[in-house]
Amino acid sequence: MTGATLAPTPRLSRRNRRRAASIGLSAGIAALAIFWMSPMYLVFVNSMKDFGEILRNAAALPERFMSDNYEVAWELADFATALVNSLFVTVLAVGGLVIIGAMAAWRMARRPHRWHKVLFSLFVVAMVVPFQTLMIPTVQLSTWLGVVNTRSGLVLLYLSFGMPLTVFFLHGFVQSSVPREIEEAARIDGASSWQTFRLVVLPLMRPMIATVSILHAFWIWNDFLLPLLVLFDPARRTIPLAIFSFFGVHSDQWDLATAALVMGMVPIVVFFLVFQRFIIRGVAAGSLKG
Amino acid sequence: MALKELPRAAASAGRTTAGRRSSRTGRTARRDDAMFVGPAVLLFGGILGAGFILGLWYSLVEWNGVNREMTFIGLENYATLLSDDRMRGSAWFTARFALVTTVLSNLMGLGLALLVTQPAPFQRLYRAMFFLPNVIGGILLGFIFRFVFSTAFDSLGELTGVGLFQLPWLGTPATGFWGTVIVFMWRSSGYLMAIYVAAIVSVDEDLYEAARVDGANWLQSTRRITLPLIMPAVTVGVFLMLSISSKLFDVIFALTNGGPYGSTEAFALNIYNEAFIYNNLGLASAKAVVFFVAVGVLTLVQVRFTQRREVER
Repeated sequence: MTGATLAPTPRLSRRNRRRAASIGLSAGIAALAIFWMSPMYLVFVNSMKDFGEILRNAAALPERFMSDNYEVAWELADFATALVNSLFVTVLAVGGLVIIGAMAAWRMARRPHRWHKVLFSLFVVAMVVPFQTLMIPTVQLSTWLGVVNTRSGLVLLYLSFGMPLTVFFLHGFVQSSVPREIEEAARIDGASSWQTFRLVVLPLMRPMIATVSILHAFWIWNDFLLPLLVLFDPARRTIPLAIFSFFGVHSDQWDLATAALVMGMVPIVVFFLVFQRFIIRGVAAGSLKG
Repeated sequence: MALKELPRAAASAGRTTAGRRSSRTGRTARRDDAMFVGPAVLLFGGILGAGFILGLWYSLVEWNGVNREMTFIGLENYATLLSDDRMRGSAWFTARFALVTTVLSNLMGLGLALLVTQPAPFQRLYRAMFFLPNVIGGILLGFIFRFVFSTAFDSLGELTGVGLFQLPWLGTPATGFWGTVIVFMWRSSGYLMAIYVAAIVSVDEDLYEAARVDGANWLQSTRRITLPLIMPAVTVGVFLMLSISSKLFDVIFALTNGGPYGSTEAFALNIYNEAFIYNNLGLASAKAVVFFVAVGVLTLVQVRFTQRREVER
């Protein structure tokens, strides 16, 4: 009799314990996530204060929301120009990389003769070479090619530096996921090589092209050293360069500097938030293959 | 074996009978090769390929980069490197930094991944928040933490009196090292989390169900099911971090620029300084070749390791 009345009690307490654990877990993750965002918070709130207020209490919300720092920093860093330059370079370089890379990858995957295999191995080796190994010759070659200090020259350099990874990923994708039968059907219907590529193969490569484009877009948008070495003209600076030279002049004016940092972060963070599910999955997949 | 050879024999027989036609298709094939692969080869060979060879050559010359004059000195640059204390210091920093960050950020990434795959609300939002630092460029990250570690911490230290805020972050070699590690972890843990989340969600749900039926608790099923099954992702994460952290440049350039007293001068930064601050382009090129060899060896170890794993499985 007593056994029957006691029986539900442990089950109930177990369920309670589980609920308590789950609430604790939720609170723990939330606390960690807030802590994780605290550097962003510090930069953001202080970008709306004057310098004295930053020194008084860096953690507090601003006494009043003011945009003065942004207006000054926007002008001083010539941020509008930098934004246009970054967009120009990133869009052209990523677009060029995936188109030229897809052409090569498809052809190399479909006709794996000796030279294509040699080329593929060279691409794989090149992916290992650190940028510092190529940095000095790159400056020299750009001078010889007459592409120093131009944005299209920078695009050209990215087309070269990004090609191995692009071909590597797309090559693997053609082999694993583009069915040969469809291409052959197009051939029999009289399509030329270019038509087959453009109308049949390229659309089928879309998922991997998207992944590669995201990887490259983050790399090129955030890249710093290559533009530092080949762009000198302030009017041609990309965002990382503009922020860097802004800090060269105003490094201890943290009221302006935090505003410049927020401006530098906003475009890429917005891009990330809009496509976040896709990006996190794509980046994880990209690293697993590499 | 014989069966495999059959189609090839048939094909070669076909080629001899239709000799003229195949020479025409051979020409179109070559034209198509040039059309599709040519642009990539030109871009790759013209800059990356040529640059690599040029870099090898530069490592054998003495050259200040200011004038055109280059003197061939053979392997002398490499001999100079052997007694370069600053480079040895930066290699030691890079090795310590790579090891520490690889271990810590993988642990952190794994921990985060285990957290955000639990059944709890807002997990998608938390994943995005943990991943977010990874999309911000290294230069910006370095500057963000220059602010956090200096002015923001000063103000917080004065207000709260907490010792952690009052440390001279970035001011001494020891705090400079850990400051750099913290910034790097902030960036890379979310990235590793994404890799581990992908591995964890692909584990068969039935295994957990069976374990639950057998009375296993969360800790047991994590240790006995999740961890063994995501080991391939751990291998990826470890080598990925070793590779990324040993090449680190941007963050350090903005955060400490190698200071204090050169204690955080990563190898990549050492090469940059040798080339563009001290204008020893020949010597810097020799360092760049050594850097390539070191990174190459690391990659070969990774390939070996991964292959052996796959054979064992």
